Amino acid sequence: MTTTPSRENYDFVVIGAGPAGLAAAATSAEAGLSTLLLDENIGPGGQVFRAIASTPVTAREQLGTDYWVGADLVQALRAGNTEVVQRATVWSLDRNLEIGVSIGGGSSFVKARRVILATGALERPFPIPGWTLPGVMTAGAAQTMLKSSALVPDGRTVIAGQGPLLWLLAAQILRLGGRIDRILDTTERGNYFAALPHAFAFLTSPYFAKGLALMREVRAKVQVVSGVAELAAVGDGQLASVSYVAGGKRETIPADLLLLHQGVVPNVNLAMAAGVEHRWNELQLCWSPVLDASGNSSIEGIAIAGDGAGIGGATAAVVRGRIAARAAVEALAPVAAAKLPPLATLRAELAKAERGRAFLDTLFRPSPQFRIPSGDTIVCRCEEVTAKDILDAVAIGATGPNQLKAYRRTGMGPCQGRLCGLTVTELMAQARAKSPQEIGYYRLRAPVKPITLAELAAVPKSEDDVKAVVRG
Amino acid sequence: MFKRSEQDKRPPVQIFVDGVAVAARQGDTVSAALLASGRDVRRSTAVSGAPRLPYCMMGVCFDCLVTIDGVGNRQGCLVPVAEGMQIEIQKGKREIGK
Repeated sequence: MTTTPSRENYDFVVIGAGPAGLAAAATSAEAGLSTLLLDENIGPGGQVFRAIASTPVTAREQLGTDYWVGADLVQALRAGNTEVVQRATVWSLDRNLEIGVSIGGGSSFVKARRVILATGALERPFPIPGWTLPGVMTAGAAQTMLKSSALVPDGRTVIAGQGPLLWLLAAQILRLGGRIDRILDTTERGNYFAALPHAFAFLTSPYFAKGLALMREVRAKVQVVSGVAELAAVGDGQLASVSYVAGGKRETIPADLLLLHQGVVPNVNLAMAAGVEHRWNELQLCWSPVLDASGNSSIEGIAIAGDGAGIGGATAAVVRGRIAARAAVEALAPVAAAKLPPLATLRAELAKAERGRAFLDTLFRPSPQFRIPSGDTIVCRCEEVTAKDILDAVAIGATGPNQLKAYRRTGMGPCQGRLCGLTVTELMAQARAKSPQEIGYYRLRAPVKPITLAELAAVPKSEDDVKAVVRG
Repeated sequence: MFKRSEQDKRPPVQIFVDGVAVAARQGDTVSAALLASGRDVRRSTAVSGAPRLPYCMMGVCFDCLVTIDGVGNRQGCLVPVAEGMQIEIQKGKREIGK
């Protein structure tokens, strides 16, 4: 079934139905504003609450209590008057708050008075040798299959990397009867010391008890190797083994499936294409939008909430969604805003939700060798460009990611830099002895997801549109 | 590589992969159904012809590109299966007319 937005104009358009988007849309609808929620997936939930309204996993405890929080958010949204369109791919957003959206193979435009981008996060690229081999996936990919289709690994499975998601996924796989042969923990030992100053906030946050319990649960069943300093996927056309170095010793284990994870980073494509100013975040090692305390971006009328605003986790995302929506309601309908929870309450909730984050960011800061590859390791998966190719281009004059496109086509494939952009920035920064901020990022433009020329040509046109291009 | 949990009680959906009937479940994405099928469903890239399987399953990596009901370059991880759907494993770039 294909549904399209019922109107051309809305007070409020939210893009992304994850934690932040669900909360933002519910808030605006509660305030009586006409609200449209556009989401690319089959159902609401984003990644954290993926398939929340349809998961075949009926044993609730297997997914954990944090997951089912999403059901309340969806219920709150459905209680209001928000118009929700799933399988809607937003490919354009501009300064006039005009949104190009592709639904069921056809595109149209809607206009908003306020836009909240809740496009969330994606997993940080993990460019190790062999990461393009069939059989190598992200941990998030396995979790997506687990939540939406109750599918679990059953071949020889290795999970490698670091961060809270890795342990949650491992526990979920085991609870559903899946197989994990080994976990390779890449957390750098020095990070434990670096994270110490933030330890008190972390110990008194909810993350601590939950994280410890998960790690205990997993360690009781799976061999965990810590201090992994080198990692490679090996095979000819298909993953055959995983090779790693820990404690100065190399080991190779046979594997059918390797799941990689080293944290998540903001999904910036749509915001950057709209022209929102971003800065390099030296702690989280990624681009983050420049925002005020209510999530308002450098472009009038566009706010960003959730992990797309900088990684803060699901609980923080929900509160950021409410804060951004409240600020927008205040601008459009101040009387209605007075009935919403006061800003001070929301800010206090946010501070609570963000407690412990600095500790996690510092402890799970990925090591340089897993972010900045060398030699024949592929950086750009779409155009199949290696680290050496990029360094060679730098040697003959490529100055930044945008020049590099002309030399090697990096970032010009269908993923539009989502899987190589951070690596290219950091690799070129290192090669040219500059900061990532100085090196910059790809200049992103609409359409931020590929659409066909036929679809573009078929977009409804006004008389003015026709006049602008027809002579005489 | 993957197996279905026994608690999954969703109704079956029959799809065709390169003409062969494959059992999927209602609510599966095309990519999930392909990975669950146990068949060799590796596509090959447009640039070098290297074999690939889905990497991210969330719509960002484009390694799940597949031909669905005659339309090439679809992101299999974003499309739900439907009864009788015809899937072709895409070898190389999208062909003209597909």
